[in-house]
Amino acid sequence: MRAVGMILAGGKNERMGELTRTRATSALPVGSCYRAIDFPLSNMTNSGITKIAIITQYNSRSLHDHLSSPKWWDLGSKQGGMFVLSPYLSGDNSLWFRGTADSIYQNLTFLRRSNEPYVVISSGDCVYKMDYNDMIAYHECKNADITIAYRQVPDNDDIRQYGVMELDAAERLTDLEEKPLEPQSDLASIGVYVISRPLLIELIETIVSEGRYDLVRDLFSRYRKRLRIYGYRFDGYWRNLGNIHAYFDCNMDFLRRDMRNSFMMQSPYIKTKPKDEPPAKYNNMARVTNCLVGSGAILNGSANRCVIFRRVFTGEFSSINNAIIMEGTHIGNNCVVEHAIIDKEVKLHDGARVIGSPENLYVITKGMEVRP
Amino acid sequence: MRKKEMIAMLLAGGQGSRLGVLTSNKAKPAIPFGGKYRVIDFPLSNCINSGVDTVGVLTQYQPLTLNQHIGIGTPWDLDRRVGGVMILSPHVKRESGEWFQGTADAIYQNVDFIDQYNPDYVLILSGDHIYKMDYSRMLAFHKKNNCDVSIAALTVSWEEASRFGLMNIKEDSRIYEFEEKPPEPKSNLANMGIYIFRWDVLRDALERDNKIHPDSDFGKHVLPLLLEEGKRMYAYPFSGYWRDVGTIDSYWMANMDLIQTVPDFNLYENFDKIYTDADHQPPLYTGPNAEITGSIISEGSEVLGHVYNSVLGPGVIVEEGATVSDSIIMEECYIGKDTTIGRCIIDTGCTIGDGVTIGDGENIKNVHKPLLYDTGITVIGEHSTIPDNVSIGKNCVIFGKTEPHDYLGGRLESGQSIVKPMNANGVRA
Repeated sequence: MRAVGMILAGGKNERMGELTRTRATSALPVGSCYRAIDFPLSNMTNSGITKIAIITQYNSRSLHDHLSSPKWWDLGSKQGGMFVLSPYLSGDNSLWFRGTADSIYQNLTFLRRSNEPYVVISSGDCVYKMDYNDMIAYHECKNADITIAYRQVPDNDDIRQYGVMELDAAERLTDLEEKPLEPQSDLASIGVYVISRPLLIELIETIVSEGRYDLVRDLFSRYRKRLRIYGYRFDGYWRNLGNIHAYFDCNMDFLRRDMRNSFMMQSPYIKTKPKDEPPAKYNNMARVTNCLVGSGAILNGSANRCVIFRRVFTGEFSSINNAIIMEGTHIGNNCVVEHAIIDKEVKLHDGARVIGSPENLYVITKGMEVRP
Repeated sequence: MRKKEMIAMLLAGGQGSRLGVLTSNKAKPAIPFGGKYRVIDFPLSNCINSGVDTVGVLTQYQPLTLNQHIGIGTPWDLDRRVGGVMILSPHVKRESGEWFQGTADAIYQNVDFIDQYNPDYVLILSGDHIYKMDYSRMLAFHKKNNCDVSIAALTVSWEEASRFGLMNIKEDSRIYEFEEKPPEPKSNLANMGIYIFRWDVLRDALERDNKIHPDSDFGKHVLPLLLEEGKRMYAYPFSGYWRDVGTIDSYWMANMDLIQTVPDFNLYENFDKIYTDADHQPPLYTGPNAEITGSIISEGSEVLGHVYNSVLGPGVIVEEGATVSDSIIMEECYIGKDTTIGRCIIDTGCTIGDGVTIGDGENIKNVHKPLLYDTGITVIGEHSTIPDNVSIGKNCVIFGKTEPHDYLGGRLESGQSIVKPMNANGVRA
């Protein structure tokens, strides 16, 4: 393979509230059995990348837990591997990562010790499926210094939360503005970049020595005229887990047949850490419709339009609608759950009611107990 | 090589001929069980859960599925630097090649493998039983009683006892007599086929018995020989769920045990899990019009129709309007629209068309193999195809890609079979 991979998974996201109080956004559970980082990580290994650095910082425990062994992503080889990199103290440095560029700077050894000509960088908290080989081929075809993948943002999505790009007729970047108040186009970066490895090392050293630490603002945007930066259009499904509603909708999207086919049924597959749960069990009172169900679940109640993770238990006469129920949660008898996100290992005692609305989703924190 | 205190040898070469078409392309230990598992997962998982990290798997009959499944042992954490899981197949030695002639002969032919680890004890297991057991407790029992041989013993009901190999013991659990399926049993302690031997004792016995019996067998030759010589042989009492899945009916029943609301055999505990090689990881999907009760459904399945009292393997699709009841559907089968299936075992990778009915009509024993197919269960062999709008009775056997003209008037009566011939490559037409 001609590229090494870097996944930026260290960011903190204030808008996810309780869901990221103890976990990194890249470790958010998605689609009954995955974590957000499984998507970029599987994309990389499916594209033939064998050496991947995952840069973690905020609540890194949750990610380290998930990434306990590289073998689940076929990354255990001697020639490559999975490098989970966190901030550390050393003789001349005792800082947390001051930004995305700084997080690469503090781990430049990883890039220096590689031989591959390119680096593929992806954020760790986006759900998408992409073959980076096509993007590298495009990068070479354009003779680009940097290639940034983008998508056309639909009307129902607020473009002001993304990095908005302006491109000329040849797809060359003319302007890039992070989270603009008045966006000048409907094209937004999806946080996936291809850049030559020696050039990245050089640029990162330069900007950090000037006290600049952000990849998008201080490198891509600032250098857009000096370097040949191109946009690479991506038309597939892409969602950023940027806030609670985006997270909820992304999970619900997996109930659609086209989504299940694309992400779950068609090769190359998204890989995740196996958990060795038995098949899901539907007991005699179960009434489950339009749901994704993880293995090891034991279902006794009714559920409609839900994403149910592994080892969830639902009691008799419980009714769950439009909800995400995460791993290991126990829902007792006669419970009612609507428009809610129930985090892991929550216990709903018999008769408990958790009722939100489409505009105001009810979120229950990991490990809570809810009594009627 | 580094010493191991105890290594396991797992006998997985048996055909399991009473399972009919289910074992025509794979050995009995490789048959899917409980949706996502295969039978061999149970002893293999027991090994690692008991701290036994070196396992030789002896294969002989149709080993392809088994070899693929086991691989380098990753799902069971048996991918070790020293030890781990090793497939041992019969091979050519010096002048001639030899098949494994008997259970003990299979071990005898692999003495060199065992010697490499210089073990004190060897655990002998068979790959065709469903149970959870902590072999380290059995080893502790073995040591405490200073045994030469210990044999796991299951207490069975007196009515069933005469179907088993039985052990007669003294008060201290020491065995003084073996009886093979006696008409009038003196005890109800059944030999489970799980043995711990002191390796020096077993090695010596295998060498001597091989000179007398080229088809050396544990039950028939080696154990009686050691008993006769006055070796210390003890019965290790086991209580818990244990099933032999050697017949179509017992296989079906053991699967159905798992769908009870509170099953006798619990796979949902957080400890002593059963591990398997899971090709499929995605969640399963239950459609808007689906109805599923009393069933277990594995990863990656998509149920749009109705499923009652059934066991579904990974990647099974049940289309809109289809009804599956009291059945076992293995990995990657497709059940077409408006198809009705009752009391049926459908092996891996079958395609059942639209509007098909399976399992109706009179309960007539299978005409060709009445001893195998007699409990009303229809069995479809792996990678078979059934065309649209045909109906199939009870105790039928279908194997191969069948066409509408194979069904006279669109019907296969109870007790009839359609088995397509194999071509030279062993592929069914």
